[in-house]
Amino acid sequence: MNIIIKNGRVIDPGSGRDEILDILIHEDRIKDIGNDLPLSGDERVIDAKGCLVLPGLIDMHVHFREPGREDVETIIGGSKVAAKGGYTSVCPMPNTQPVIDSQALVRFIKMEAEHGPVNVFPIASITKGGKGDDMSEMGELVKGGAVAFSDDGRPVMSSLVMRRALEYSRMFNVPILAHAEDLDLADEGIMNEGLNSIRLGLKGIPRESEEVMVARDILLTRLASGRLHVCHVSSAGSVTLIKRGKKDGVKVTCETAPHYFALNDDAVEEHLSMAKMNPPLRTEHDRQRIIEGLRDGTIDVIATDHAPHAQYEKMQELEYAPFGIVGLETAVPLIITELVKKNNFSYIEAFSKVTCNPAAILNLDRGSLKKGGWADVTVIDPDKKVLIDKEFILSRCKNTPFIGAELYGSVEYTICNGKVVYSADKGTPVK
Amino acid sequence: MNALNRKDLLDIKSLSPDEILLICDTAKYFKDIFTRDIKSVPVLRGKTVCSLFYEPSTRTRLSFESAAKMLSANVINVPVTTSSVLKGESLIDTVRTLEAMKADYIVMRHAASLAPHFLSKNIKASVINGGDGFHSHPTQALLDVYSVIEKRGSVKGLHVGIVGDIKHSRVARSDILAFTKLGAKVSVCGPSTLVPDEFKQYGIDITYNFDELLPQLDVVNMLRIQRERQKGSLFPSIREYNLLYALTEERFRKCKPDITVMHPGPMNRGVEIDDAVADGPNSIINEQVTNGVAVRMAIFYLLAGGSQLQEDAEGNV
Repeated sequence: MNIIIKNGRVIDPGSGRDEILDILIHEDRIKDIGNDLPLSGDERVIDAKGCLVLPGLIDMHVHFREPGREDVETIIGGSKVAAKGGYTSVCPMPNTQPVIDSQALVRFIKMEAEHGPVNVFPIASITKGGKGDDMSEMGELVKGGAVAFSDDGRPVMSSLVMRRALEYSRMFNVPILAHAEDLDLADEGIMNEGLNSIRLGLKGIPRESEEVMVARDILLTRLASGRLHVCHVSSAGSVTLIKRGKKDGVKVTCETAPHYFALNDDAVEEHLSMAKMNPPLRTEHDRQRIIEGLRDGTIDVIATDHAPHAQYEKMQELEYAPFGIVGLETAVPLIITELVKKNNFSYIEAFSKVTCNPAAILNLDRGSLKKGGWADVTVIDPDKKVLIDKEFILSRCKNTPFIGAELYGSVEYTICNGKVVYSADKGTPVK
Repeated sequence: MNALNRKDLLDIKSLSPDEILLICDTAKYFKDIFTRDIKSVPVLRGKTVCSLFYEPSTRTRLSFESAAKMLSANVINVPVTTSSVLKGESLIDTVRTLEAMKADYIVMRHAASLAPHFLSKNIKASVINGGDGFHSHPTQALLDVYSVIEKRGSVKGLHVGIVGDIKHSRVARSDILAFTKLGAKVSVCGPSTLVPDEFKQYGIDITYNFDELLPQLDVVNMLRIQRERQKGSLFPSIREYNLLYALTEERFRKCKPDITVMHPGPMNRGVEIDDAVADGPNSIINEQVTNGVAVRMAIFYLLAGGSQLQEDAEGNV
């Protein structure tokens, strides 16, 4: 089936293109981009007037819980949620049960994903079992389809193991995605250490537990001539360290998540476990520095750290509830509301963080709109408001502090490999 | 709604100074009742009070239970250590079970901060916080304030010192709020590892030097030092703690002669306080326990819809 997307504002952050154009899709490729394109007449017409037409979005940090916790989320289920959120490519983290540390498991994820609506690029573990001791068989994992390595959920506490991983992964040209957290210093804390944690009597997680590891990993990357990508940056100090690292020529990139630029730790008292994630929401100062870091390019990527948890797990005392919130469906509205509308980011600036930048870090031939390229396209109405309520959230887990929020930015169509995998009026086609 | 205009009593933060004083005035009335021979009034007749203590407690639990009984409530003590909690039942399910049995008031102590706040959002029964984690212990702070008012006439203008492990103390947090709301000057004192700078957000003074602070105080509240804190390398030894921060007889001699000595209990005699001071004429430690019952009666009464007692005082309650 051929598709013509008409009258939309075509924004391709990688090339800097921003103009009203039509896009013609033939099978799984973009056949042409321009005005008055010759049509055969059998195309499905999508009128994108007033909408942004973007490269299909990429989320390089999600948790789909399969294998192991299929009761919470699956690769297919998570992929449908991604499609609804405007994402055409997602990278599930390997901290499943079992941990994705063998080629067979990487292949399993790819096979499952074949039946889903979006592209799934698995991330494999740095160390066997994610235990932080012995390196995984990186060559085999890359051959199986892994696009990066991470022990996300836990840090690699041993500096030596981290050094070796950075050295060894070099030959496959894939990055190490670091979960930067010094577990000793974090000391089983619950929320950001500061005025609020003291007031609420909750064990604090100091920013320094993140920052000492960011600093360590930048130094190790320099030592190893490796390639580092820091996951979920939440603190002002981490932004400063990474900015310095980049200036010094270290190959370091990083991501933040929408909640770190949308919320601060005042949210914990109101939202309790729904505002519990790791790293924790920090202070307003940190939030402002995250926004600055996104603006000046220190922060390359916005990734959701989409972390579904069963209701019964989150409906517990704050201290006992697990860390993490779902994010795939609220990311676009938060990017548009917080960054574009409130902080005057251009669409190109804001959406480079979910298109060309993650594609470059992971060597994906996605995240751009070009003639002959993959037909991954997301159509967003930036001025349409969405109410985030439990009906809006397709994910079977509703663990998000944004329930009740009214935000700008409605995903109207998600097209992946030339197929409409989500439309706002019809939802995600069930396959 | 009731005179306190709320379903639950969760913390001191949400109480206005007038509401704190209303509770104290009401407590005074109930103290008269329960220090007389016939100690029962029908304020809570036909109501069920469940006490759900996820942490060990003697005085707080007994104080709540006896307050509820004197108000003629049906009192159920949920034995957490032998109940379905041990089978892994969640807090919310346990409490919904109590609600299904028509509990009207749930008095809860819990090791997790904000657990009562979490409950109150999800159930209809009244939740009374008997202490949550390091966060809040509102009835203790109310009885502390009441006890000082009883002894000194008013809290306003007094210099109140709170000494010990401030960081891990729900009593300290609630006392700071209650005393400052009523116009007292509050200083907190302890080892720097147990007195974080963030406590300055309450507009109070922080000091690590007990000897310097003590002679200035009108009221000193000595907190229990938990021996297990030593394991977290927060201070080197109980011995050093005692040398630096115990209210010893020797230190007591340097106090103002009319200083009021308090302790929320249970005391570690010889660790944070000497026998002679704990049992001396300036100590109101036992009176605090008595007042605790009166304050908790007042809280039940006010949450149950009782009005200010001047209006229907004589025999009507």
